[in-house]
Amino acid sequence: MKRLIAGLPFIAAVIFGGFFLWGLNPDRDPNEIPSVLISQPAPAFDLDPVPGLETPGLARSDLVGNERPVVVNVFASWCVPCRAEHAVLTRFVERDGMRLFGINYKDKPEDAVKWLNDLGNPYERIGSDLSGRTGIEWGLSGVPETFIVDSDGTVLFRYVGPVVGPDAVERFTQALKQAGALPNGAGS
Amino acid sequence: MVPEIGHFALALALALALVQSVLPIAGASRRNAVWMKSAQATAIGQVLFVAIAFAALMQAFIVSDFTVRNVVENSHSLKPMLYKVAGTWGSHEGSLLLWILILAVFGAGVAWFGSNIPAETKARTLSVQAWISVGFLSFLLLTSNPFERVFPPPLDGNDLNPLLQDMGLAMHPPLLYFGYVGFSIVFSFAVAALLEGRVDPAWARWVRPWTLAAWVSLTAGIALGSWWAYYELGWGGWWFWDPVENVSFMPWLLGTALLHSAIVTEKRDAFKSWTILLAILTFSLSLLGTFIVRSGLLTSVHAFAVDPERGLYILGLLAVSIGGSLALYAWRAPEMEPGGLFRPISREAGLLVNNLILAAATGTVLFGTLYPLILEAVTGDKISVGPPFFNAAFIPMMLALVVFMGLGPFLSWKRADIAGLLDRIRFVVVLAFIAALAAWYLLNGGPIMAYLAILGAAWLLFATLREWALRIRLFEVPLAESARRARNLPRASHGMTLAHAGVAVLMMGMIGSTGWKSEEIVFAAPGTEVTIAGFDITFEGATQVQGPNYIADRGTLVVRRDGELVTTLFPERRYYPVAESQTTESAIRSTLAGDLYTSIATPASDQVNNAGAWTLRILYEPLVNLIWIGSILLVIGGCLSLSDRRLRVGAPRRAKQPASDAVPAE
Repeated sequence: MKRLIAGLPFIAAVIFGGFFLWGLNPDRDPNEIPSVLISQPAPAFDLDPVPGLETPGLARSDLVGNERPVVVNVFASWCVPCRAEHAVLTRFVERDGMRLFGINYKDKPEDAVKWLNDLGNPYERIGSDLSGRTGIEWGLSGVPETFIVDSDGTVLFRYVGPVVGPDAVERFTQALKQAGALPNGAGS
Repeated sequence: MVPEIGHFALALALALALVQSVLPIAGASRRNAVWMKSAQATAIGQVLFVAIAFAALMQAFIVSDFTVRNVVENSHSLKPMLYKVAGTWGSHEGSLLLWILILAVFGAGVAWFGSNIPAETKARTLSVQAWISVGFLSFLLLTSNPFERVFPPPLDGNDLNPLLQDMGLAMHPPLLYFGYVGFSIVFSFAVAALLEGRVDPAWARWVRPWTLAAWVSLTAGIALGSWWAYYELGWGGWWFWDPVENVSFMPWLLGTALLHSAIVTEKRDAFKSWTILLAILTFSLSLLGTFIVRSGLLTSVHAFAVDPERGLYILGLLAVSIGGSLALYAWRAPEMEPGGLFRPISREAGLLVNNLILAAATGTVLFGTLYPLILEAVTGDKISVGPPFFNAAFIPMMLALVVFMGLGPFLSWKRADIAGLLDRIRFVVVLAFIAALAAWYLLNGGPIMAYLAILGAAWLLFATLREWALRIRLFEVPLAESARRARNLPRASHGMTLAHAGVAVLMMGMIGSTGWKSEEIVFAAPGTEVTIAGFDITFEGATQVQGPNYIADRGTLVVRRDGELVTTLFPERRYYPVAESQTTESAIRSTLAGDLYTSIATPASDQVNNAGAWTLRILYEPLVNLIWIGSILLVIGGCLSLSDRRLRVGAPRRAKQPASDAVPAE
């Protein structure tokens, strides 16, 4: 018994060592996040509007049957990068005619209302995901995340993190154009 | 020429380490005094040669010798001199050289100062230390030679990562490494003890100063790193549970456990096998940290340039050192005799609980740090474990620890008198509750956990002071008599009081700055006013200024309270053209009551930029400075304990014949 206990640290070290050896595989990039939803149908969800806001709520049915692909942005008032991203998204909506829907993730309604009143509301519809359940369905790895959804409800593109800075904006613009999410001639 | 001398010195150091790793230990088993004594010369020779190599590299940085690849990649001729010097350890190669230098310093330290250690133990310890040296010196020479030349030499260098060009961070690695690597000698002592097959109070006494020295530096290093993150990263946070922070924190937690468990071994000849295990694991975690930082195993904000080849080499070193020592432990530890018995309520039991909690906390941090890797290996899912997990799991454990921390010093060895104990702490408990209730009444708001933490911190502070007062019989006898008693008290005892009080102070800082932090983030055009924690802050605009090797946007913030000017703050956003990166220089108004913390960021979109608006981040963090003050108290407490008389002179030598309770393994 005593021997067994004294051997436990060694056994634990060997197990950890095995994981480390596996982790050293040069093809493995710990920073890469797999996009499981790409080319998959968007998950089913039906979210109530944010209380205190006139913007209607959001369900999966709102994403399908549109003329052009639409954009779903997951945001929260407690998320600092969202604030930076907000200006960029607003510009896409106002200047380029992008259609933007929002999922307000794990946010207090009153905070969200204040946030949108302060910064402006570019969203057509906003669903309040208080429990974070819908966020799980979408496979969220953090906030903000932005998706482009086709008119048949297929996820075409996913952007993890804020769409801020020239590189990110360029990538996102390309994705919008490729998906045909912008009216003709916009986004140039 | 100088880089070649450095390179050659490293090779010589490796040769000496090879000799030292065989000869003394062979001498110890053959009882050949000359062979054993050779360790003394080789250990000191090693430190000399590694120091020469280190000085050679530093010289290359100081004169900006751009024929050396390492200097090209990590320095620039326009960089301030201080950061040229600090650039020596700013890269993977240079920091590894520093690592090895410290390893050699501790080996030489034992060779030089360890005259009270029996020749055989010393010879074995130094041989084990040399095994580690051989591993890391060969790693440096074979995979990461810091003296590699480039041809043709470029005109100028690539600059050191600007985030690292900072006073706090220039000092952070040396201190951190001194702590981390300092545990190597404790590890070597432990392996030597296992090889010898016996551990006794004298062993614990030889190990204690080295453990303490390493622990003190590690404490200072972690605090300095945290302080750096606080004012340099521009978020106003001081701990992020980032994997790289965690790997420096784990050896600290376990080292703290070791420090306490070694006391029991020293005073009561108990917990022997546990102390040995802690000594091995503490250094193993240091090695693990070195591995994680340099292999790219986990996602982190501050890791070195990643190279799987190097990772594999270090993993090999880890397998040999950790695997080998734990296998030795599994083989030898069961034969160690258990020491003195004790009752469930006693100093020993208190320290046992302390050790269990610290070990469990270390396990929690280890698990949280490695969980993403394990999950990815098993299921392929990628996740990251963030502060919520650590806060939820770690804080309750620390609160439990604090309860025992306050209680422990009141307990006597072997068996404590419960009635007397209750009598002594009754007053303290009441006082702590009053303090927590007063905080609740005055502060209203803030999380419940914060009030529990206040209760814990108050209990710890009052209990520590009460215990100290009891020892010197403050207010029971005339003050002069108390002062005399205080002078006669061992310094280690004052050290403990100071360090425990330091933890209480530290906690206060953590509670204040997390529970009652207020934060405003605004898009501000010139003239915007922000009100936070009673301060009215006016943004007067931003101007561009030119630094020695950067260009900065400097914001001007006028801070008023009740209409009166308090101060003017100038947060900066710096752009380093050579390194093509940006840093945030926050501006902080620091008082004991709290920090007013401001930082400025570039605007999010071009349109906003045209309007002259900037993103301002303004925080008020109450009591945050107590974190640094508490850390300083911990360090001073450790130093006091280190200067204790019993560690300097008159330490008892091991009995000529092994005492009855120290049984040879074979």
